[in-house]
Amino acid sequence: MKKLINRVEAVVDEATEGLGLAHPHLVRVNAEPRFVARADAPVQGKVSLVSGGGSGHEPLHGGFVGRGMLDAACPGEVFTSPVPDQMVEAAKAVHGGAGVLFIVKNYTGDVMNFELAAELLQAEGIAVRSVLVADDVAVENSLYTAGRRGVGGTVFVEKIAGAAAEAGASLEEVERIARQVSDNVRSMGMALTSCTVPAKGSPTFELGEDEMEIGIGIHGEPGRERMKLRPADEITEMLAGPVIEDLGLKQGEQVIAMVNGMGGTPLMELYIVYRKLAQILQQRGVAIARNLVGNYITSLEMQGCSITLLRADDELLRLWDAPVHTPALRWGV
Amino acid sequence: MAGDAAATVDGERIRAFIRRFAEKVAAHKDELTALDAAIGDADHGTNMDRGLQAALERLPAEGAAPADLLKAVAMALISKVGGASGPLYGTAFLRAAGAVAGKAALEPGDVAALFKAALAGIQERGKATRGEKTMVDALAPAVEALEAALGRGAALGEALAEAARAAREGSDATIPLVATKGRASYLGERSRGHRDPGSLSATLMMEAAAETLAGGPAS
Repeated sequence: MKKLINRVEAVVDEATEGLGLAHPHLVRVNAEPRFVARADAPVQGKVSLVSGGGSGHEPLHGGFVGRGMLDAACPGEVFTSPVPDQMVEAAKAVHGGAGVLFIVKNYTGDVMNFELAAELLQAEGIAVRSVLVADDVAVENSLYTAGRRGVGGTVFVEKIAGAAAEAGASLEEVERIARQVSDNVRSMGMALTSCTVPAKGSPTFELGEDEMEIGIGIHGEPGRERMKLRPADEITEMLAGPVIEDLGLKQGEQVIAMVNGMGGTPLMELYIVYRKLAQILQQRGVAIARNLVGNYITSLEMQGCSITLLRADDELLRLWDAPVHTPALRWGV
Repeated sequence: MAGDAAATVDGERIRAFIRRFAEKVAAHKDELTALDAAIGDADHGTNMDRGLQAALERLPAEGAAPADLLKAVAMALISKVGGASGPLYGTAFLRAAGAVAGKAALEPGDVAALFKAALAGIQERGKATRGEKTMVDALAPAVEALEAALGRGAALGEALAEAARAAREGSDATIPLVATKGRASYLGERSRGHRDPGSLSATLMMEAAAETLAGGPAS
């Protein structure tokens, strides 16, 4: 393992501290328990959005804290969910009196810890709602698994629900919007190489020099299929096809599209994937109304990418276009 | 045997149980993590050890009631472990504390109620039933064996020993199963042939109980 770190145990604390030092006008970092909060929180009368999950997926979630997106994020240990103390203290620190929305990726540990935190906050009289993001179409049958994993769609839920909250929507309304996004967003990813979790020190899985894995999870969970490496255009078809089918996208519809890097893939290659994705959607008569190309939800230094599509209507596009100012996403300000 | 002469379980026995559980997890830390590496995300041993060591630091002083000790463990596990095992074991200890609230000393029936409540908490939090390759596969048969043995008049020590054996057998029985819960579920058929790490930590907990609660050697 070759990594730019000091001590394995300090990786998450030092990275979180660094985020705070780099963006003091946007976020402040609380060390114990660990969370990242909007610099100007609590914003009185605004619904507070709190998310979180294992570390190692940067910029998710701390990079999306700021005006128009998250009020707080709770980084867990690498690939391990945060604990209820973090969520409870983060929620209390940013609560502006209008309730809290938890945005939770569908992983067993995340779900259970956020559930416990919601119970504790409700016992203190704070209104809490939770929205589960479960957009990974690589997991086909939820009856025999913990269900579809929450991946790239999380960025869309956080941005759009964040805009609704910033505009003054009620907790019920923000929850409705968040659910509408999570119901209409799907993703699929692939890997060329494994990531290496610092505490473990060796690659999570082995892939041959000429192999790739389609449908992989953001922690290196197995995908749908392992196969010989193919050209980028074929890979793009293998990712986009199931996403389009699962969403049931029809001619004349419009989407917000994301080509996301897993952390170890150059932007040059992501644009090659975007090029093909744009061609595929054009052939099907589906318009890309907005897009993101870059590293938004990563898996340490894994090489690979994921494709996320959100079926968009005018309301979602208007919320997407609303100003956002966070360390990793900024426009309109 | 002090077993029958001292049939009630006071706070110090509960403390000994918690210590022994922590010792066993520390001793099996690498094994638990290696099992988790095969089908999960390779942190069960490290996480449980971190949580139980924190629990030992937070145990209330001598003279504390069983429920207070169990609750301290629950809060430490919930706030330190993360992942799925933190809330699962945390809920288990919280429910166990609730089942024996207000009692300074526990009768054998109370001990059974404690583990039954722990199991119910885990099942509720994890929405798991038997046969899904989880800690329930060790705990459910353990609780059944404990209740059955006490029901036919066995001493607490004997009943707990049977419970620990049932847990071990239940854990062994997870090896050929396909996981449908947690991160192991994404492996599908590939999860066959590996012991569930949660079922092993649950077995260690029942073995710790058998060695300490009925007046076993002090730790």
